[in-house]
Amino acid sequence: MSDLTSLTLKAALDGLKSKAFSSAELTQAFLANIEAANPRLNAYVEVTADRALEMARASDARIASGEAGALEGAPLGIKDLFCTDGVQTTAGSNMLRGFVPPYESTVTANLWRDGAVMLGKLNMDEFAMGSSNETSAFGPVVNPWKSKASNADLTPGGSSGGSASAVAADLCLAATASDTGGSIRQPAAFTGTVGVKPTYGRASRYGMVAFASSLDQAGPIAKTVEDAALLLRSMCSFDEKDSTSLEVETPDWTAAVGKSVKGLRVGVPAEYVMDGMPAEILNLWEQGQAWLKDAGAEIVPISLPHTKYALPAYYIVAPAEASSNLARYDGMRFGHRAEGAKSLGDLYEKTRAEGFGKEVQRRLTIGAYVLSAGFYDAFYVRALKVRRRIAQDFDEAWKACDVVLTPSTPSAAFAIGDKQIDPITMYLNDVFTVTANLAGLPGVSVPAGLDAGGLPLGLQVIGRALDEATMFSAAAALEQAAGFTARPEKWW
Amino acid sequence: MAVDSATVKKAAHLARIALPEERLEPMAQELNGILAWIEQLNEVDVEGVEPMTSNVEQPLRLRDDVVTDGAKVEAVLSNAPKAADGFFVVPKVVE
Repeated sequence: MSDLTSLTLKAALDGLKSKAFSSAELTQAFLANIEAANPRLNAYVEVTADRALEMARASDARIASGEAGALEGAPLGIKDLFCTDGVQTTAGSNMLRGFVPPYESTVTANLWRDGAVMLGKLNMDEFAMGSSNETSAFGPVVNPWKSKASNADLTPGGSSGGSASAVAADLCLAATASDTGGSIRQPAAFTGTVGVKPTYGRASRYGMVAFASSLDQAGPIAKTVEDAALLLRSMCSFDEKDSTSLEVETPDWTAAVGKSVKGLRVGVPAEYVMDGMPAEILNLWEQGQAWLKDAGAEIVPISLPHTKYALPAYYIVAPAEASSNLARYDGMRFGHRAEGAKSLGDLYEKTRAEGFGKEVQRRLTIGAYVLSAGFYDAFYVRALKVRRRIAQDFDEAWKACDVVLTPSTPSAAFAIGDKQIDPITMYLNDVFTVTANLAGLPGVSVPAGLDAGGLPLGLQVIGRALDEATMFSAAAALEQAAGFTARPEKWW
Repeated sequence: MAVDSATVKKAAHLARIALPEERLEPMAQELNGILAWIEQLNEVDVEGVEPMTSNVEQPLRLRDDVVTDGAKVEAVLSNAPKAADGFFVVPKVVE
């Protein structure tokens, strides 16, 4: 039965519908995979086996009675920052160890409404702050891929490292993830999977543990572009409980998958050629342009002049928002509380020193600094102005093109421990993805090739706001041309 | 605009994080590295540019001013570090 777990989401849904196998069988197969793999990969922080089987049996009953939903019986992994009623939700932090939400996030509620099955909660960088899943209080996630050059454990990227690793290693059909600066697309690129961040406001943030609210957006990590389109549709909805939720229809994006890209104008931004960019990344990017051209698209050179300022602006805006958002962890109403404090102030400071890991403390300190009197205008307000410049770059670009094609990441997956020496080296992972967050645009990473070490590399397609459809068409065209079929060799 | 240990201590206090003395100097160095990198934002001409706080250009929605939720004392307290008789219990702060 283990081959069931290598099915795509679409194929599994077809098989469930035609009763070729049951959701209970499929769920069992995934639980067996998780049990065998998780001690090495550390992708799940909690496996909800009983609940999964219960949900699977309920799905089988609904399939039998002809009441199947859009994701009926599909076993999924849930990033551990989506609140799940009655199931521990930690956001990868000791601060929330033991926190059991008494309510459900809107995104996951939508999935259960459509019949999906929850296998468990997936590991992540603490409060989604990281690009390698090394900041998790539950330890790093290991990438199922290994380089031909070395046997070292590689990171799956972050912050949605557990989601990416689980999808790549067949530990779920697909997974939910979230993206503040690249946290869906970078891990997808590192694991040969497809990751989508929709337009800001498409997916509700209600019940998602907040990092930087003006940038945070939920999305799927899946095996194919079609699977990602399927899952994204269920995740998105207008939600009154999120003040930035967009009151718009959620289209059926699978209709865009496979649609011709003839005449599509594909923008290639000159500024995305970075100093010291590996030749392999550059070559893959050129290959991507050639593929789309062969499929009938037109390649248009464009300029996004403020690209190099996106990451520095992000590292003001995101920590500033985080320092405000994470003020709620005060040890009073939920989460960790320190013992033996001498005063109220002491209690706050001790609680947060014990509960937060190093990277979170670093970012909260930066956030407090850039928001403090005397620096607010020089740092925070300036960064917000630069952010508008970045958004305006795209507004200008859309006059000449319909989508933008870029590499997803500046390198393939790196070894655990390799980039911890210097925070900025780590931050540079998001150099190609962060602009879409600042401008609120949809972006997708598609696996497109392998580097010399046999590790996956991704290409990113950025679309106009609310035009995921065109983005999906371009992504599917790349996927088809790339014919990416490589899989990690099973060593775990 | 170099950050020293005293500045880090102040910022960490604003963030309500008790940083041990031995972490102040390394954190100052890290912050200086990050701030030096961030300084390139000064090259950007932002004359007349409105700060961008949100990607959503819609006015905030208003709902009817009525009670829509409540009577969930147990759920609200279910994750409290300490609770009793329907209340959060916090350490005594007023002598």
